[in-house]
Amino acid sequence: MIGMKSIVMAAGLAMIGTGAVQAAPQAAPVVTVTKPEVAAAPVAAPAAPAVTAATDPMLAVDGAPAMAIDPTIGQPVPGHISLQPQVTKTGRQAAWFHNALLMPVITVISLFVLALLGLVIVRFRRAKNPVASRTSHNTILEVAWTGIPVLILLGLALPSIGLLQAQYKPAPKNAVVLKAIGNQWYWSYEYPGNGGFSITSNMLKEANEVGKGERARTAIDGPRLLATDARVVLPVGVPVRLITTSNDVIHSWEIPAFWIKLDAIPGRLNETSFTIEKEGVYFGVCSELCGARHGYMPITVQAVSPAVFAQWVKAKGGTMPGNGAAAAPVAATPAAVATGEPTAVGNAAAEALPAEAPVAGASPANASAGN
Amino acid sequence: MTDTALTPSAFEAHHDDAHAHDTHEMSFFARWFMSTNHKDIGTLYLIFAIVAGIIGGGISGLMRAELAHPGIQYLGYWASFLPGGEQGLDHSLHLWNVLITAHGLIMVFFMVMPAMIGGFGNWFVPIMIGAPDMAFPRMNNVSFWLLIPAFTLLLASPFFGGAGNGWTLYAPLSTYGEPGPSTDMAILALHLAGASSILGAINFITTIFNMRAPGMTLHKMPLFVWSVLVTAFLLLLALPVLAAAITMLLTDRNFGTTFFDPAGGGDPVLYQHLFWFFGHPEVYIMILPGFGIVSQVISTFSKKPVFGYLGMAYAMVAIGVVGFVVWAHHMFTTGLSVNTKMYFTAATMVIAVPTGIKIFSWIATMWGGSLTFKTPMLWAIGFIFMFTVGGVTGVVLANGGIDDYMQDSYYVVAHFHYVLSLGAVFSLFCGFYYWFPKMSGKMYNEFLGQVHYWVFFLGVNVMFFPMHFLGLQNMQRRVPDYADALAQWNWVASIGYMIMAASMVVFFVNVIMSLMSGKKAGDSPWGEGATTLEWTLSSPPPYHQFETLPRID
Repeated sequence: MIGMKSIVMAAGLAMIGTGAVQAAPQAAPVVTVTKPEVAAAPVAAPAAPAVTAATDPMLAVDGAPAMAIDPTIGQPVPGHISLQPQVTKTGRQAAWFHNALLMPVITVISLFVLALLGLVIVRFRRAKNPVASRTSHNTILEVAWTGIPVLILLGLALPSIGLLQAQYKPAPKNAVVLKAIGNQWYWSYEYPGNGGFSITSNMLKEANEVGKGERARTAIDGPRLLATDARVVLPVGVPVRLITTSNDVIHSWEIPAFWIKLDAIPGRLNETSFTIEKEGVYFGVCSELCGARHGYMPITVQAVSPAVFAQWVKAKGGTMPGNGAAAAPVAATPAAVATGEPTAVGNAAAEALPAEAPVAGASPANASAGN
Repeated sequence: MTDTALTPSAFEAHHDDAHAHDTHEMSFFARWFMSTNHKDIGTLYLIFAIVAGIIGGGISGLMRAELAHPGIQYLGYWASFLPGGEQGLDHSLHLWNVLITAHGLIMVFFMVMPAMIGGFGNWFVPIMIGAPDMAFPRMNNVSFWLLIPAFTLLLASPFFGGAGNGWTLYAPLSTYGEPGPSTDMAILALHLAGASSILGAINFITTIFNMRAPGMTLHKMPLFVWSVLVTAFLLLLALPVLAAAITMLLTDRNFGTTFFDPAGGGDPVLYQHLFWFFGHPEVYIMILPGFGIVSQVISTFSKKPVFGYLGMAYAMVAIGVVGFVVWAHHMFTTGLSVNTKMYFTAATMVIAVPTGIKIFSWIATMWGGSLTFKTPMLWAIGFIFMFTVGGVTGVVLANGGIDDYMQDSYYVVAHFHYVLSLGAVFSLFCGFYYWFPKMSGKMYNEFLGQVHYWVFFLGVNVMFFPMHFLGLQNMQRRVPDYADALAQWNWVASIGYMIMAASMVVFFVNVIMSLMSGKKAGDSPWGEGATTLEWTLSSPPPYHQFETLPRID
């Protein structure tokens, strides 16, 4: 099997360098060609982050992200039992549907069944009712408990379908395009509409776990297992088109505070969109079993004002649409090959996308290399 | 309708003869290893399921121990017992995936299914329809003995690296994501277990269609027989699809095919469609016989015939049929189109209707009855409520737009443990206590049985209810470590496991004590409410029953 794979890879057809990825699982610095020094410091190849501090508005002097984190939004809160607060329109719509409609309905149904059970237990226990009736039919009752649930379900299905319609509304032309690529076990991101620069986001380890020279997580980075060394930066108030794919096995990209979860599948481009309404830092986790470190590839999104976003893009060596085509984003692909980076042929469609235009190939619902 | 009481005298005369004739001449080996007797094979299945349940439940104990506190505590130590010893963090984390995979596969394929269908189905379907045995007794034996190599393969796989794909074996993680023989062993284990189930399904369908006693029309069959009939059809239609899917996994892994590999024109999502086309009917395979058991028990202890018998029977048929057209609700985040998602949302919700009919019919059966609360009845009532709780979270998850939040989170874990661990398992205990006197000829200890029920009830609720909260706060499935903010509820869940484990000690003490020195059970210990044919026989039943077929009016 392995031999077969190597042959395929040698022929330049393989989708992923499985072996390569497994050998160096935690580090895959995808370095932008134009300004390599700005790349986020990957765990295994610690660059000196301080060098870039001056040009990158997202980084504090020590290389850590500059924005303070609100511990009640965008991450789990100790003891809490309900949905995380939502910061997108569809998220709020879905949370309303869940909190105001679904939860009350299912609570009432459960309590109704419990009450009926309690009633029969008390009223028809042997001591109270020694002689059992022989009733085994009641057409009106049977029609009622078929018909009423149908009506309740219809009442739930209508807002449910409305929610799906809202979630599938395609992003407008001016949307910021974020391409999230799953890898075992880290996320890499590309901004094809902003000059095609890319960042790599690894989980930050604890101080007692890091090797020499590696950056450990500090409180300012975020909670343990959720903080990353490079946050995805997105503007608030601007529609974001999210595209997910994978270089190896299936992963799943999610930010619960956006009500977004989308599988990252090799050979496919999945697409969805959202508009963040509130600045802040939001955390998510890989949500599809992807191997040993499935629990160690978090997702961090930092939502900032469009102005700061433009500054950050510039600092990363990207361009804002309309600022001319100065950058040479396509160079990223040969660079990746040259450094032995896994390049997915299953991903070819993704790589071939025009970097400046918002994804041409992806249909609003789902674009797939497979069908 | 299920009221098929008849006088035992019609066929009792032959009992002692047959009993003496067949059992006492057989060697131990011939009786238990070359068995063609449905009751002996049923007993073997039950013993097998209990052993598998102890292993699968023990694995969940390991998992709850590791999850009791944030951070990795024990995985490295456990990994040191496997060949090669401890080999660093990734090796330990892989062991976690091996544990979750083993827990899922064992509980589904080697505990619930063998106990429900192989155990209770084998024991009571022939008796309830007035048949002397199953239609194909030798095939029945093959069905059981196929499980042994299957289970051995699965249990041996951790010693060859370990299959850490989750019970769903999603490609590509299960194809090029995991080299080594372990995953192949797990796949072959599923092939064998699947073949076993297909043979069993053929056997049940043939038996139920052809071997009913005179007068036992389909519409007079006890609901447990109906449930096994529907289940057998689901098995027959669903398992070949699983077999095809995992055979493609095998060839992708070993022979260079690319069914699920986009580099060769394949598609990983195809595997998910195939798997869940089997996987969704599979969840009804696990619960439908439980519905049947609960119906018998509720009717017995209410001293009333089942309310709305035909509605109950055809609700199960409806659940079986609709169960085949809802599979993609397991795949809401894979990038389905909006129309697909709308269809699967609506179709999934439809299942709530026949399920609701069943819940309300059970309550209506109790209504007007003369209820006694022996242990089996407690489990049955507990089942109704817990299955309702698990069912309504299913309605939440059915909404494709809502599921984007919950998919692959602990909310899903809570949901399916409410319908399985508190649904299917409650019905298993319900059936076990109900039929224990019939199968063994001994009464169980009522006090210990009730202690077992209440402690188990408390334990599983403390364990699984907080998982809803964990899911809503975004703890994903299948991880050995979690954000520190999630520590509280995880700790509570682990306490729940300990309570549940304590109740299982009570259960085993009860079983062993009752088998050794339990009071002798009469032919029909549950009194006038028990109207199905097994209660017309002695306890335990004769080795061959119904040599003269009973006649049902």
